[in-house]
Amino acid sequence: MESLSNKKKQLTVKPLNFLERAYLPAIVSGLAITMKHFFKKPVTIQYPEQKREFSENFRGMHSLKRDENGAERCTACGLCALSCPAEAITMQAAERQKGEENLYREEKYAAVYEINMLRCIFCGLCEEACPKEAIYLDGDIVPSDYLRKDFIYGKDKLVEAPLNQ
Amino acid sequence: MELADIAIKFGLIIIIFLISLVIAMYSTYAERKIAAFFQDRVGPNRAGPWGILQPLADGGKMFLKEEIIPTNATPFLFIVGPSLAILTACIGSAVIPWGQNMVIGGKVIPLQVTDINVGILYIFGVVSLGVYGVMIGGWASNNKYSLLGAIRAASQNISYEISMGLSIIALLLVTGTLSLGEIAQQQHGWHWNVLYQPVGFILFLVCAFAETNRTPFDLPECETELVGGYHTEYSSMKLGFYLFAEYINMFISSAVMATLYFGGYNYPGMDWVAAHVGPIAGPLIGTAVFFAKIFLFIFFFMWVRWTIPRFRYDQLMDLGWKILIPLAIANIVVTGVVITLLN
Repeated sequence: MESLSNKKKQLTVKPLNFLERAYLPAIVSGLAITMKHFFKKPVTIQYPEQKREFSENFRGMHSLKRDENGAERCTACGLCALSCPAEAITMQAAERQKGEENLYREEKYAAVYEINMLRCIFCGLCEEACPKEAIYLDGDIVPSDYLRKDFIYGKDKLVEAPLNQ
Repeated sequence: MELADIAIKFGLIIIIFLISLVIAMYSTYAERKIAAFFQDRVGPNRAGPWGILQPLADGGKMFLKEEIIPTNATPFLFIVGPSLAILTACIGSAVIPWGQNMVIGGKVIPLQVTDINVGILYIFGVVSLGVYGVMIGGWASNNKYSLLGAIRAASQNISYEISMGLSIIALLLVTGTLSLGEIAQQQHGWHWNVLYQPVGFILFLVCAFAETNRTPFDLPECETELVGGYHTEYSSMKLGFYLFAEYINMFISSAVMATLYFGGYNYPGMDWVAAHVGPIAGPLIGTAVFFAKIFLFIFFFMWVRWTIPRFRYDQLMDLGWKILIPLAIANIVVTGVVITLLN
């Protein structure tokens, strides 16, 4: 019967000729192929020592930013925690005391700020939600660790290093 | 035999033993590194510079692993298996001529532990004993996969030993002796046996792959079908011994191939070199050449392993019985006819 699409092709299986049946020529050509790869440069990037360049909008570990005077920008408004789809962020707010003006920018600040890096999906919604430009995912890849509790990053790991006076 | 002779022999035995162990150890490293290069990878590179200490780390790991003997296994045979495997692998090197005789202070020191006049038969005997290690280990494990692997190993070794022996017979027609020392001497310069016995060499090579259970004939330890093959139940250094035995076997069969077909310690221009560097350095260079040939063969073993996929078991048997054996017999006949006509 005529095929409708006309794409049908009759294939024939040719019997192998002697050289093909002997198998040795095939082995030799296979050996040649692997030998070609033997001298190829490996594409491996030796990760902890070498790093591939990240793209500009790579989202890595979070950092809590400071302003131009070195005061923490975060006011513990909670919008980041609210926007977080993975519910990875928690915080406790505290009131700024007298004499702490150089530490915290506004009257309220985050006394405790924790991100659970095992929950975080690095979507970047927290940095979009932040009205104070206080949180950015501009860090490195989050390093591995042994215990779950060590993945809950507090302010000690998240806040930017203080400015050098 | 004087005491000095005994001491020399003893020293030679220890050196050869150590060399074969070290080479087996570093074959594991070489295998992983070469495999990596064939697959565009880097390979082990963390333990020491370029991963040089990796075999030591692996060995240490093997020794420290928990020793497990399955409840239903036969404990005695379970331990005998790997012991036998490593034992037979180690004693094969006794008849291999590692170099020409050295003359130090008027004393002739042969670089061969013992030149028995049936050297090849000795090697064959040892190799066929080697399969008992696998067979006993696989059987004593009381595990269907181990048993299947062991049976495969046994039938595969028996089938390929036949064509291996037949390919050797053609070589013996050419050399006229069974002694490995004499065979090596006859190939002085470039009169290598591979030039007279190319078909025999290819047959022997294929059979050597099968005898050492290397890919494409590594069906006894076929992971995709048999979990781990005959050493499925083995752990710790007993597993290490099996793996070690495989690499020593590879080293010994490379040495045998180099001796039988590729001139052993002979190389073109050896007389000129020997006349120029003296009676001690000359044989040592020959030994170095011999080891270079061995390493080339070991490299070839690994090269093939990372190129060719495994055979199916019936294909393996077809190849052994229907192709290699007739070919070996034809090789004997042709060799015999040519020798008769030339004489």
